[in-house]
Amino acid sequence: MRIKSTLENYLFVLPAVVIFLIFYLIPFIWVFQLGMYEWDGILPTKTFVGLSNFKEVLTQDNIWWLSMWNAGYITLIALIFQNAMAFMLAMACDREIKMKNFFRLVFFLPPVLSEVVVGLVWQWILDGNYGLLNAWLLKMGLPHLVKNWLSDPQTALTTVAVVHCWKGFGWGFLIFLAGLQTIPRELYEAARVDGANAWASFKNITLPLMIPVAILVAILTVLGTMQAFVLIIAMTGGGPAYHTQVPVLRILASMRGSSRFGYACAQGIVFGVVLIIISFVQYRFSKRSRQY
Amino acid sequence: MKSDKYYFGKKVAVNVIVYAFLIAVALTCIFPLLWMFSSSLKTQETIFRDMSLIPREFHFENYVLAWKQGGFGRNFFNSIVYTSVVVLGIVIVSSLAAYAFSRFTFPGRNLIFYIFMAAMMIPIPGSFVPLYVLLNKLHLRNTAIGYILCMINVGLSTSIFLLKTFFDKMPKELEDAARIDGCSKLGIWRHVALPLAKPVLAVVVVLNALNVWNEYVLALIIFDSKPLMPLQVALMTFQGEFITRYPLLMAGLTITALPIILVYILMQKYIVKGVTQGALVG
Repeated sequence: MRIKSTLENYLFVLPAVVIFLIFYLIPFIWVFQLGMYEWDGILPTKTFVGLSNFKEVLTQDNIWWLSMWNAGYITLIALIFQNAMAFMLAMACDREIKMKNFFRLVFFLPPVLSEVVVGLVWQWILDGNYGLLNAWLLKMGLPHLVKNWLSDPQTALTTVAVVHCWKGFGWGFLIFLAGLQTIPRELYEAARVDGANAWASFKNITLPLMIPVAILVAILTVLGTMQAFVLIIAMTGGGPAYHTQVPVLRILASMRGSSRFGYACAQGIVFGVVLIIISFVQYRFSKRSRQY
Repeated sequence: MKSDKYYFGKKVAVNVIVYAFLIAVALTCIFPLLWMFSSSLKTQETIFRDMSLIPREFHFENYVLAWKQGGFGRNFFNSIVYTSVVVLGIVIVSSLAAYAFSRFTFPGRNLIFYIFMAAMMIPIPGSFVPLYVLLNKLHLRNTAIGYILCMINVGLSTSIFLLKTFFDKMPKELEDAARIDGCSKLGIWRHVALPLAKPVLAVVVVLNALNVWNEYVLALIIFDSKPLMPLQVALMTFQGEFITRYPLLMAGLTITALPIILVYILMQKYIVKGVTQGALVG
């Protein structure tokens, strides 16, 4: 009876476990295995090459490190620009304002759209010859600002980063707003009675209480932005030359472009380790700041 | 002493700045979508010259062309099928598992649960490479069922987390009563637990539906044949073909975005809940 009941319990988790084993755990193990082979993904024979794929990623693949640098650049812009924007908008919406729900609805509109839709629409707006942005700049008498935003090596990466921020600030906005709403109003009233002005209560109440939330948003921003790539495929495809390449695009290119499955896996592992280190450092940092 | 007038003036000034800021950002959020819609109503000739938001003529036939000639009708149907089947699958599989994690005891329960949670937090960029190999071996590549199973797996961990958290807080009395009445475990899950979990099931459904509808990279590597592709991949293929027919592309983008916008407007409450709850996991 007891055994039958336990078996019955296992049946509940069985479908989830089976799907997870086949589609998560096996690929997870294979990444590490395949990383040590040279294989085109088609032939039945693989050549064992040990750690040479990893050595190549770490020491010889300049484009890989360029793509890492690009992702870092986009992430830095997102961390500062996107999150500052999200925080200011959350502060504005936390006040007694009209149409609060409308603003909240609109600010989360870009995040629910797909990266393909967002990328292709912005590519059309930013088009060098027929784009709306350049047409406006001409009309406003600013012809010197007209650029091939996405095909000029000087502007491509920053343009992509800005569109990424446009797509992403709604996440931070929602989380910041939820955080602000947990701050008890009495704290502000008490501060006002004590004679604190708006800036003082912002500095002494809002900021310290929002630091854990800000760190959470920062971690989510870094992990999300470092791995972003579909938006970039839709806007530039990684070009011009390699100016908007990012790591996941390189992995995709190793697999589909040069048919080097083992190398693609090695790149994935290197990148995964980098991400884990980054989030670990941020986690430690957040733990330390929470003690104060 | 500063006068009341001073404070009133200051308050008005602050409010003006706040509203100007909010409205400006709101406009940048909406405008690209309006431009997309406006461009979808122009012709291949006028689209490059007519820079007005409201086109001189409304070419609604672009939508018919995109639907039929562009093939987006087929891809739209695919996206609908993939999204509904995957969401149904996730709801059944994850609610069964979450219910067991919350209510039953069996050896290895916590271990299995933690493995699911760890999977949610460990990033494996490039996991699509071995997934491609695996599906090839199973002869599931370029099949609908292969894509559906992969996508069920993608949504599993988060859904189990959301559901288990809900079940943990849900009172057990009704289930106990049903058990005394002789209801089986499966019966209690189906007729007592699931109906009570409706609020969180709505979150799970909406979040996963958005996720599947918007998914791109797995669909890209899994499907070779265009008649099987969901919208996102078909849009990119269309954009890459010979000379892009921009009005049709814009019509395709509108067709893709519209269901999401509608679902979002109707289900905003659940999305906000899911985002704020999901963020707490990290």
